[in-house]
Formats: sequence, structure tokens, C-alpha cells
Amino acid sequence: MEAGALSDPVLRVRRNLTDRIGDPLLRGLSGLAAALAVAVIAGIAYEVVHLAWPAITKFGVGFVTTNDWNPVTERYGAAPFIYGTAVTSAIALLFAAPLSIAISIYLTELAPSRVRRPVATLVDMLAAIPSVILGLWGILVLGPFMHDTIEPALNSVLGFLPIFSGDPSAFGYLTAALILTIMTTPIITSVTREVFETVPGDLKEGSYALGATRWEMIRQVVLPYSRAGIVGATILGLGRAIGEAIAVAQVIGGATGINVSLFHTGSTMAAQIAAQFQGAPGALQKPSLAYLGLILLVFAVIVNVVARLIVQRGTLKDTDMTVTEAGAL
Amino acid sequence: MNGAESHALLLDRGNLKRRNRVSKLVSLSSTIAALLAVAVLLIVVGSVLSKGIGALSIHFLTTPMGLFGDTTGGISNAIVGTGIIVGIAALMAIPVGMLVAIYTTEFAPDRIGHAIRFVLDLLNGVPTIITGIFVYGLMVAGNRQSGFAGSVALAIIMLPIVARTAQEVLALVPGALKEAAYALGIARWRTLLRVTLPTAAGGLLTGSLLAVARVAGETAPLILTCSIFGQGLLTEPGEALASIPIFIFQSSESPSPEAHTQAWAAALILIVFVLVLNIIARAFYARSRKRMGA
Repeated sequence: MEAGALSDPVLRVRRNLTDRIGDPLLRGLSGLAAALAVAVIAGIAYEVVHLAWPAITKFGVGFVTTNDWNPVTERYGAAPFIYGTAVTSAIALLFAAPLSIAISIYLTELAPSRVRRPVATLVDMLAAIPSVILGLWGILVLGPFMHDTIEPALNSVLGFLPIFSGDPSAFGYLTAALILTIMTTPIITSVTREVFETVPGDLKEGSYALGATRWEMIRQVVLPYSRAGIVGATILGLGRAIGEAIAVAQVIGGATGINVSLFHTGSTMAAQIAAQFQGAPGALQKPSLAYLGLILLVFAVIVNVVARLIVQRGTLKDTDMTVTEAGAL
Repeated sequence: MNGAESHALLLDRGNLKRRNRVSKLVSLSSTIAALLAVAVLLIVVGSVLSKGIGALSIHFLTTPMGLFGDTTGGISNAIVGTGIIVGIAALMAIPVGMLVAIYTTEFAPDRIGHAIRFVLDLLNGVPTIITGIFVYGLMVAGNRQSGFAGSVALAIIMLPIVARTAQEVLALVPGALKEAAYALGIARWRTLLRVTLPTAAGGLLTGSLLAVARVAGETAPLILTCSIFGQGLLTEPGEALASIPIFIFQSSESPSPEAHTQAWAAALILIVFVLVLNIIARAFYARSRKRMGA
């Protein structure tokens, strides 16, 4: 009956006409959108290099190692900010990675099934808090707490270490690192949790059957199986940490030098751009900030590519390895 | 040797006790870690709530900001500005993001589909301040800041979020549904509009809502593209518009306690909006997955 309708020449022509336009139109439009996405990433790279060009030609590669940021003499270098980015991100991951692994262990191995979902959702929600609000909280709540309580305590116990020397300060590397810890923990957790969930139940049960305690099972089965995923997730968190501009700009203090003490104020690449780009005077300051942006972009791209390769390929490879190991047993 | 050792291990009560104690310790610290994360969320949200609620009033919501340093005004212009900037961004990013997802799931050969996914992941990894620099160079340099420039920056941040979630949701649509439509002789574009998209609607909405929630609080790109705005309630996207995140940022940098109180109140509005949007998005996603039997 449907075929009869189609064989009617009038209906057939009408259908073919809209479909003849509709299908290629959809294909063309969606292809165009995909091309636009590719063009945007190319455009970002081009525009950042373009804006940075005066600084690139003036300072060259030496910009990366120059420890100076002086609008008066128009001499700019990235070293203080690369240092700030490295220190704050490293401390943040030092806290966030073990914390995320522990949270994932809780969520996959320990939590009663009724609280599992709500707790996971709450941890995810932490990632949804806008960074400007975390920054506000950092300025008005965490900063004073660091100044009055945490930093004096660290100083009195570990003050012989240069990194814990000097006067406590509400703003500085350590406060920024803690804010970054809060931001990266939910990101790392969401990936590690997913990876932990893929660990085959029979491997875990096998470990228990051999008499392992829960921790021994986790250490001998879950963690080795998820190694690549954990590393990838941590690098993904690193990508978030190095790119965060606003919250760090709010709490790091904005000093443009390298300081060993973690209590001291400093700045990161992203924070420096956020703090100074808008009002940047001088012919070379904006280009120098764009140059900082270029270095940051290169770091961010490398970090993201490496993280995704590890998460995607690594998990597969580890699965194969574990299967052969199990087979050998 | 090995067997004897493990036999000894099993018999050694002291050692088993130690192993169990280590295991309990790890369980305890994992639980504490999870509690800590939840506690930090509650402390931050609680701070915003307790410090912001006092300054919330009809006056605060319906009056535009005062001049710089004047804290008697409200944030009506920032609320309207954020609505316009985010609204235009969503109008650009959501259709384009959906189309990108449609291209990769329906048309693209495998290799090109992978390449586009990779590009979207890269785009997602670009720090938002860099997106700000890009739009600054594209639209603001040699021109001036505008609400529209802010929208373009936010749209670029939304695009990979919308497209990646849409890809995942479209891939969940049962192939049998589409094949049934094709078997009836229905063209591809009709199948897409009448079968695939309606089936995936809940999940597609999730991605869009999450993307809106994500950029509503985005501050860094707006500093470069839309942060120097005039007085009063402005609604013309051709000029720079006020926004809630920029208001919070500028007030937080001020030394005055009154400005801080205003920042907390604005933060309360923003955080409620963002968290509610997240919760709605999750609810839609759960429902849509159930509908598709995933």
C-alpha cells in the first residue's frame, strides 16, 4: 500500500525534490559546522601568535628564561610566571591526586550503594562552582585562615625549610595552590572513578579469594589496572590548573618575581594575563602578555594531548596486560 | 619455600592483625577524603549563602550598579547583561555544536570523525583566558569591547561541551530505530529530525544546559572582551554590557567591606543559578538514558 503510494508519479516527484535538497543540505550544513570548529582552533593559534609577534621579534626565545617584568624599562620575561604556574600546579596536584584516588576508592569500594550516587554528585558539583566565586572565597575566607592559622603553624614546625620561611601572607603561592586543589580534585576524581569502575570484578574477587585484605586487593589489582587512567586523569587536572586565570589572579597577590617561600606573593602565566591585559600600557606589554599566552597555549595543548592518549590507549593496553597476566596464572 | 612462607603468613596472627589494621586505616582515610571534598563544597556554598543572603533585597536585584566605589546600587544591569551575553552565546553555540555532532555521527568517515573529536577535545583544553585573547584580537583590538564579543568568546567555550555531549547521546540512539525509518524509505534528514533527535532530546538538552551553566560564571574571557561598561541598564549587545562574574571579580578586588558584601550577594545568585541548572541537567540526562534503555 505504501509502495503503491510511492509509485504514484506525483508523490514520487514531490518526495524526491525535498529529499534531494534536504539530505545534501544537512550534510553540507553539518560539515560546515565541523569545519568551523577546526577553523576556531586554527584561528586561536594564529591570533595569539599575531598579537604576540612584536614581543616575539623583540625578545626571542630568551623571553622564556628572562626573570624580569618591568613596564618602565619595557623589558619583559616569562620566568616568574612559568615558575608560578609550575609551583602552584605542582602543589595542587600533590594534594589533588592522592585525594582523588582516595575519594575514588571510597566511591567504588567502600561507600554503601545508597550514598554512592549522592556523594559522587556532590564531588562533581565542586567542579561546577564558578572560579570567580572560589576566588572570592579565597580572598575573604581561605586567605585570612592561611594568614592566621595554617602558615604560622607551618612556619613554626617546618620554618627551617626555605619554602616555609618568611612572614605569613593571606595571598601567595600556597593559597593559590589550595584553590587549584579544590578545582582539580573533582576533575581527577571523575576520571579515576570511571577507570576504577572498569576493573573486572573477578580479578578483585580472585584477590580476595587468595586472602588479600581490602587494601591489598586495591594495591595489587585496582591500582595497577588503573595506573594509566590515574596518570592521564592527573595530567588532565594539570591542564586545568595551569590554565586557571581568575581565581589564581584573585589570591596569588600579583608579584612579578620568583620567590622561594610559598607564603610569598607571585603570579602565574594565566593570572598575569587576566590581571594586566585589559589596562596594559606600553607598546610591548600587551604583546608580551600575548607571548605568555602563547607559551601557556603550547603547554595546555601538550598536556591535553598527552593526557588523552594515556587515558585512551593506556587503559586498553593495561587491560590486555592484565588479561595475559591472569592467563599466565 | 614460597608455600611455606604464605602458610606462615596465614598462621601469623600478629601479621594478619597488622594487615587488617593497614587496610582499615586506608578505608578510613578514603572515607575522610570523600567527606573532606563534600565538606569543602558545603563550606564554600555555606559561606556564599551566609554572607550573601543579608545583602539580597528587591532593591539589590532591581537597581543598576552605582558608580565605581558606590555600594548603594544593585546588580540589575549585571543580571540583564549576563542574560544577554550568555543567551546570544547559547544561540550560536548550541545549533553549531549539534550540527558538529550530527556530522561526526551521521556523515563523517571514521578518520575524519576521530579528527574532529580530537579537535573538540583540544578546544575544550584551551584555557579560557586564551579564548579571551583570541576574541580580543579578532573583535576588540582596533575596535572596542562589546557584549557581542563576550558572547563569541563564551560560545567558543560552549561549543566543545555541547558537541561532545551531543555526540555521546546521539551514539546511544538505538540503531534499530534509524534502520526502521530507512527501511520505510524515509530520507536521512527526515529520519534525523523525526526519529533520532526526538529520541535523544533529553540528553541533548543536558549538554546544552551544562554548557550554559559552565559559561554563566566564566570571567576570564569577559575581562578582555566585555568589562568596561557604561552606567545604567544597558541592553545593546553592540556595546559592552555589565555581567555578574565581572561584578563579583571587581568587587572582590575592592578593599571595602560593603563591596565584599555585594560580591557575596551576587555570588549567591550566580551559584544558585549554576547549581540548579546542573541539577536539572542531570535529571534530564538520567531520564533520557532510561528512555533509550542505556
